[in-house]
Amino acid sequence: MNKNLNVLINGIIRENPLLVLLLGMCPALATTSSAINGMSMGLATMFVLICSNTVISLLKNMIPDMVRIPAFIVIIAAFVTIIEMLMNAFVPALADSLGLFIPLIVVNCTVLGRAESFASRNSVLSSVFDGVGMGFGFTIALTLLGALRELMGTGKIFSLNIYPEQFGSLIFVLAPGAFIVLGYLIAIFNKFQNKASTN
Amino acid sequence: MAKLKSTFINMFLSLSIICLTVAFSLAQVNKMTLKPIAEAKALKLQTAIGEVVPEFDNDPVAESYMIASEGGDSLLVYPATKDGEVVGFAISSSSSGFSGEIQIMIGFDMDDKIVNYEILQHAETPGLGSKMGEWFKDMESNSKSIIGRDMSLGTLAVTNDGGSVDAITASTITSRAFLNAVNKAYIAYSGSKLDSYSGATTDDDTENN
Amino acid sequence: MELIGIIIVAIFVNNVVFSQFLGICPFLGVSKKVDTAIGMSFAVMFVLTIASIVTFIVQKGILEQFGLEYLQTITFILVIASLVQMVEIVLKKISPSLYQALGVFLPLITTNCVILGVAILVIQKDFNLLESVIYAVATGIGYAMALIIFSSIREQLSLTKVPKTMQGIPIALITAGVIAMAFMGFSGIDQVFK
Repeated sequence: MNKNLNVLINGIIRENPLLVLLLGMCPALATTSSAINGMSMGLATMFVLICSNTVISLLKNMIPDMVRIPAFIVIIAAFVTIIEMLMNAFVPALADSLGLFIPLIVVNCTVLGRAESFASRNSVLSSVFDGVGMGFGFTIALTLLGALRELMGTGKIFSLNIYPEQFGSLIFVLAPGAFIVLGYLIAIFNKFQNKASTN
Repeated sequence: MAKLKSTFINMFLSLSIICLTVAFSLAQVNKMTLKPIAEAKALKLQTAIGEVVPEFDNDPVAESYMIASEGGDSLLVYPATKDGEVVGFAISSSSSGFSGEIQIMIGFDMDDKIVNYEILQHAETPGLGSKMGEWFKDMESNSKSIIGRDMSLGTLAVTNDGGSVDAITASTITSRAFLNAVNKAYIAYSGSKLDSYSGATTDDDTENN
Repeated sequence: MELIGIIIVAIFVNNVVFSQFLGICPFLGVSKKVDTAIGMSFAVMFVLTIASIVTFIVQKGILEQFGLEYLQTITFILVIASLVQMVEIVLKKISPSLYQALGVFLPLITTNCVILGVAILVIQKDFNLLESVIYAVATGIGYAMALIIFSSIREQLSLTKVPKTMQGIPIALITAGVIAMAFMGFSGIDQVFK
């Protein structure tokens, strides 16, 4: 159990998919114009991660080595399609704001990367924990990014007014702001990591 | 259990089984979500119509039809009736904005006056053009708000173009596009009003795209 | 005239990297030197054009005919993966030198969100085949432009003193942000072509 807990925490901090492994930047930049959008994107990706990790780990001995990448892609794409259909049916407004990036989860390097490097070589239980950890780490990173951009750009977080909108810098909600905030976030996270590892 | 060897038959079988299972599961989920997705779309439309026309008791979507507007475009008109009498028309119109298409739902009453509008879809700049959702219904400013304006007095234009509507600050293009959509809708409205008085409405149950 | 509008929008106004946020991972990974950037751009442009044609045909000819639109994501990514595989094999035979030059970039293109993104976008925008191809080619050019501009700046940047925590990706992202701001200046140019 200790090992699995390690796997979980690994995904959140030491190997945070976005801030450390630098994977999944496209959705990170595109869907974080607000905290709620960032969080939803993270959760949708987490759903796919957990499901695909589980199934791939379950089937790892039944998929011949040479066809493993296409097989992984089909399984991942299946879960992406499922979450896409579920979101369109039950949270259509959210699905609209995430738009193109829901189907793009299938090319999120985090998902395929974890399938290849972890789920196909570890037990089902560990793979589930890995999916949860990585997914959670991704969601936290995305929510943080979205919250920062929303706060600095419009004075709100999760649509709650923190300070009057006219004092916000609109640039943070637009394209350049995404790059800049993410850059600083990664730098700060690096500093935090370095400090922690030298302790 | 050791991993399956990569013989041709193994590869073929495992991929086929995976693909078939996936195709089957997706077909099932698709069936399950088809109805909720259609219902969500319909609800969005109904809500938008409800916001923009006076009280009605019919089913505007069921009675919708297309009317020609300017430039060869056809717009969808949703008639609202109460006790059998037409009280207004909700019209979905669109125009090319700053960063893509702007789609609006606008409602007119039987006196050529704008009742209300809703932005259905847009890709305008957040914080600038996106303000059109509230800017043109700002009840505290007569020069901004288009609510209640009598369209028979002429088409709407921004003050920069000699009109009487205040454009959104730093978003003239979006404002122009928005008013363009409103004007297009009015042309369709005039056509509908004529038809409804002469009783020549066509009851095509056209799907909204 | 409309076609020119599509081209201008795809390259400048809605630049695939600085405005639509597609293709960022390889964008940051491959842009340290200008020649690798150029190699990657060509590979992407090539696959992008062919992929958009094939996925278009698959969508209109198969998926829509049988009401299977929900299989779009799966079929598109499989088409793209197989296409990249085929391009690799063909290139190896026809032009081994080009194959060597592109090296490891070719298989990486499968997970490049530009390809899948553009394939889905042209269906959403309801383009016909000609418009889709032009859009794909223009997007490829926009990507190439973004990559080349960015890598030239990064080459210069590597010669300057950057604070330790900002080195590498953080400063690259901030640079990209500034370039994105510059690109925002193109907004509205396409109005001329309407």
